[in-house]
Amino acid sequence: MTELSNSAQTPTLRRPFSVRTQPGFATIAMVCFFLLYAPLLPLVVYSFNSGTSIAFWEGFSFRWYVAAWDNEFVQDATIRSVVVATSASFTATCLATMAALGTTRTRPYRGLTAIYAMINQPLMVPEIVTAVALLILFATIKAVTNYHGLAYLIIAHTAFCIPFAYMPIRARLEGMDLSLETAAADLYATPWKTFRRVTLPLVWPGVLAGLMLAFVISLDDVVITEFVKSAGQDTLPTYMLGQLRRAITPEVHAISTVLLAVSVAMVTIFFFLNRKMQ
Amino acid sequence: MSTLDQLAQSELATGENRASAIADATHRAHVRRRLLLTTPALIVLFCAASGPLLIMLIYSFLSAGDYGGVEWTLSWDGWANVFMQRDIFDGTLSIADAHVSILWRSVKLSLLTTFTALVFGFPTAYFIATRPPRTRNLWLFLITIPFWTNLLIRTFAIMEVIRNQGVINTILKSLELIDEPIQMLFTDFAIMIGMTYVYLPLMVLPIYASMEKLDFRLVEAGYDLYATRFRVLRRIILPLVKPGVVAGSILVFIPSLGAYVTPRLLGGGKNMMLGNLIELQFGQGRNWPLGAALSFSLLIIVMAALLIYVRGVGKPESGHD
Repeated sequence: MTELSNSAQTPTLRRPFSVRTQPGFATIAMVCFFLLYAPLLPLVVYSFNSGTSIAFWEGFSFRWYVAAWDNEFVQDATIRSVVVATSASFTATCLATMAALGTTRTRPYRGLTAIYAMINQPLMVPEIVTAVALLILFATIKAVTNYHGLAYLIIAHTAFCIPFAYMPIRARLEGMDLSLETAAADLYATPWKTFRRVTLPLVWPGVLAGLMLAFVISLDDVVITEFVKSAGQDTLPTYMLGQLRRAITPEVHAISTVLLAVSVAMVTIFFFLNRKMQ
Repeated sequence: MSTLDQLAQSELATGENRASAIADATHRAHVRRRLLLTTPALIVLFCAASGPLLIMLIYSFLSAGDYGGVEWTLSWDGWANVFMQRDIFDGTLSIADAHVSILWRSVKLSLLTTFTALVFGFPTAYFIATRPPRTRNLWLFLITIPFWTNLLIRTFAIMEVIRNQGVINTILKSLELIDEPIQMLFTDFAIMIGMTYVYLPLMVLPIYASMEKLDFRLVEAGYDLYATRFRVLRRIILPLVKPGVVAGSILVFIPSLGAYVTPRLLGGGKNMMLGNLIELQFGQGRNWPLGAALSFSLLIIVMAALLIYVRGVGKPESGHD
């Protein structure tokens, strides 16, 4: 009798055995999450420092945000960044939508693998390699045509944004079957009308997600921009890269904090858009 | 009867032929339309991704111009200079120690980064995958945010933490554990920490993707057969999520090997990696053919890693189906 009650009691005294836990894993995960976010904290905090130092806290102020806002270089770089990111992400999304329509929901045809390889090339080739290859090409074109405008940056950004825009659109398309489009065609809709009234509304969340990913990727790019830009054509990230090699003032912290906020906002919207899609 | 049969048969056959001919024609038209849709994207990609690579391949076989650029004479110097250097005075070839040490540092730091990211990333992915579905998305979201925030800003954040007047040294000093700040910035260690920090999400996400599909009844069966926790991890969980582990490792290894911003900011001028060496050839080095050859060397290593990935992951998966 005592033996029985003992054996019945032991499991209630010990923590119930869970097949899903591994010892220490939760701790490492928590450390991991802490380490991912902790370094960003001083960055954000010191952007509100009222002193010039990035090591001593002298009080709260928006001084450096105002300084960044009034800085002509920062203004130019911001406008340039937004212009490049907007044009590149918009173009890339249009091209990627067409490419996704051309490569999904079909029997495999000859050349399809090569097309996939080409679309994904910017993801596989290290950025520095693409950057110097573009430098070689564009330096020659710049010397011949004497044109030093933003078009180089926009083309380069469009190219590496294509795979990022393509991924969510393709994922969305693969979840749709052709029956609705076939029905529209049966009801004498023209191909354009079918696309406009049936396909596009269905694929729209994927297109939006692709547009936003492309925008963030273009806005954050450092390496390719650094090599492709002509003199005096800084975008925000390359401006910051230049500043980081000099004496750093909290102005850089302020710019970083704003960029960080923009990225977080974009990813949050993307996250909820994605959730609505599922 | 039999002739009639034959007639019907042949009728049917020609009908089938015609049908298949029509099907072929529509398929061809269908493929043409699809190719037409894909062409604009391919043109842009050719102009600003594949095309420039081909041009760079040609450049790697030309000789260097005196003030940057190239001269249009065929030369193997670019490729020879990857590992060798010619003495300016007597013209003898010797091993380029600087290049070899930079290549070694790149490979070493990338492997260390991959390993560290795996040590932190695997338990994290496991943790996320074993959360109830409602909170799981939140944890996943927390991993994804750093992934989409600016790499430069995250490197800058690490710089701020580890520099001599940074957070770590300040805390250690105020606790009176050290008198002089520990020099962490501008070392190989800094590069490794920075790359691990920056690329960690790339390790967690693919491991999570395969962990999510893990059937925990198999784990339960393992415990029923008196396996220890470690044994279950090693013999059941690890083999099942191996594709994710390999994918994550490749995804961390490749950008680490080609890293440019992180070593430039955290390694300073001395501790270069392959990416910085390439940049140098197009800047002060003024040796474009060498830069092109170095870029292709990097590309070859990356392609080899991808090939290992395809070999290692592609096959067992198709075997399961």
